[in-house]
Amino acid sequence: MKKKNPFGRILERDQGRRALSFILITALYLIMEAMMRSGNLSSLFQSLLVPVCCYIVAAIGLNLNVGVSGELNLGQAGFMSVGAFTAVCVSGYLSASVPSGILRLVLAILAGILSAALFGIIIGIPVLKLQGDYLAIVTLAFGQIIKSLITNMYLGFDENGIQFSFVENKTSLAPGGKMLLNGPMGATGTEKISNFTAGFILIVLSLLVVYNLIYSRSGRAIQACRDNRIAAESIGINITSTKLLAFTVSSSLAGAAGALYGLNYSTLVPAKFDFNTSILILVYVVLGGLGNMTGTMAATIILVLLPELLRSMQDYRMLIYAIVLILIMILTNNDTVRTNMTRVKNRIFAKKEGRA
Amino acid sequence: MEQERKALLTVQDLGIDFGGLTAVNSLNLTVYDKEIAGLIGPNGAGKTTVFNMLTKVYEPTRGTILFDGQDTANQSVVDMSRAGIARTFQNIRLFSKLSVLDNVKAGFHNREAYSPASAVLRLPVFRKKEAVIEEEALKLLSIFSLSEEKDTLASNLPYGAQRRLEIARALATKPKLLLLDEPAAGMNPQETEELMDMIRSVRDRFAIAILLIEHDMKLVMGICERITVLNYGMMLAEGTPEEIRSNPDVIKAYLGE
Repeated sequence: MKKKNPFGRILERDQGRRALSFILITALYLIMEAMMRSGNLSSLFQSLLVPVCCYIVAAIGLNLNVGVSGELNLGQAGFMSVGAFTAVCVSGYLSASVPSGILRLVLAILAGILSAALFGIIIGIPVLKLQGDYLAIVTLAFGQIIKSLITNMYLGFDENGIQFSFVENKTSLAPGGKMLLNGPMGATGTEKISNFTAGFILIVLSLLVVYNLIYSRSGRAIQACRDNRIAAESIGINITSTKLLAFTVSSSLAGAAGALYGLNYSTLVPAKFDFNTSILILVYVVLGGLGNMTGTMAATIILVLLPELLRSMQDYRMLIYAIVLILIMILTNNDTVRTNMTRVKNRIFAKKEGRA
Repeated sequence: MEQERKALLTVQDLGIDFGGLTAVNSLNLTVYDKEIAGLIGPNGAGKTTVFNMLTKVYEPTRGTILFDGQDTANQSVVDMSRAGIARTFQNIRLFSKLSVLDNVKAGFHNREAYSPASAVLRLPVFRKKEAVIEEEALKLLSIFSLSEEKDTLASNLPYGAQRRLEIARALATKPKLLLLDEPAAGMNPQETEELMDMIRSVRDRFAIAILLIEHDMKLVMGICERITVLNYGMMLAEGTPEEIRSNPDVIKAYLGE
């Protein structure tokens, strides 16, 4: 009776939980699409769809680094920033030569991923050789430095080529030229080529990448280094390169998320990706559960939407937000709640298996 | 007869200083292919330090370690694992949040290697290697009677089973030499008895050499073919269990004058 698992034996463990995250996110996507098509979605809600997707992707990436690899990263927004501004520049530069929006979006996201990954490797190689909280300190600084750097960058191009200047705007573009980065004003006049479907696809792809990585040789090594460095080394696992892998994938996903985010607005200021954004993403990860991708997605959706939904409460908005945060913390750490949750989960999965 | 056997590990004049403190000095030690050797000595004699030097957790200050004919100077911990030395720890070090099966699978890291990219893309090489790893890991678990607990978290295992799992994980790297650091610590006499049988059967089944540190004299005298005694970081004696038992220096070191 039992069907042969098409994915091979390694996927059997936690398969239900993993399938659940794909099913939930697909269902949500279809509902939102349907509501959007039938015009039942308020414009406020519509404007939040792409940002929610971006934060989910960044949070999934961060969870790989914080939850699975056990290294604290306080600069995920910095990597989003790198991805976002790279993507915006690439998209702006290619706007004439690549007219197709979808193709340009894909190219821009790839550029965002590559640049964020590059920064991840540059930071990771020296820092991950050390033991302790150094990564947290360095990524915290990285987030601030990237913000300041981009705030002081002027980049433009015309038919003669690319012009770049730092701190002061010394670019003098010929007529028909275009500024890509405008110092503290950031990127302006970006063509909005992101959309909800691209966001959904990006979430599915990042889930696939992260899950496939966790349930593999590399994933075992990443978790082994987290649980016991000395033992991991004794069985021949290179700790630095293993942690670097998790950190780089995490940064790349932030880069992808940033790219999608940047191309969703006509104006993007560097100050958008500040320390608070990094902490917010970390909050999504911690409240969703370390190593728990479905939980991370749920926490992200709730916590991004909540402040917007509470806008009518005006002054009480942040108060309620804080109360919800505290409630989630208490509930997810309460043994009685956890036991009952497991019981419910077991019952659901037992039923499913019984039917099949 | 022992001289005819191939020496797998040859340690010559090994020593290490921590600041001004000499923890181990002029140690000579040989482990032959497929033998069970013992390293004993009173508390603080430097036994675990010797293990840490053999696995390159510490780089020795003096002396040479020849393993399988190769000088191991400036090799890293990972290099030593690749060369074929595996170990267990005095205070058990498992991957506590991984399942029992995944703990053993982690031991296959360098034996059945494939790139992260082929894992992400689920390429045929991933499926092929994972199938081998799964099969071999389950075999190891059944040898150590851990099959039923394969999906349990390592931290939830009872103490004795954790010790067995650590040995299974070490064997997953396919070592030539297995270092056991106080394998019988915290075990009752019956468990120790079972452990002795297990160590012997591991040696026979995997055809490897075993060097063990142990305080339980019944275990050491029962299974070791040769024993080296350390005291205050110096080699006190070396020989068969009978020779060690009747050596006056050893008796003095253990019992006092």
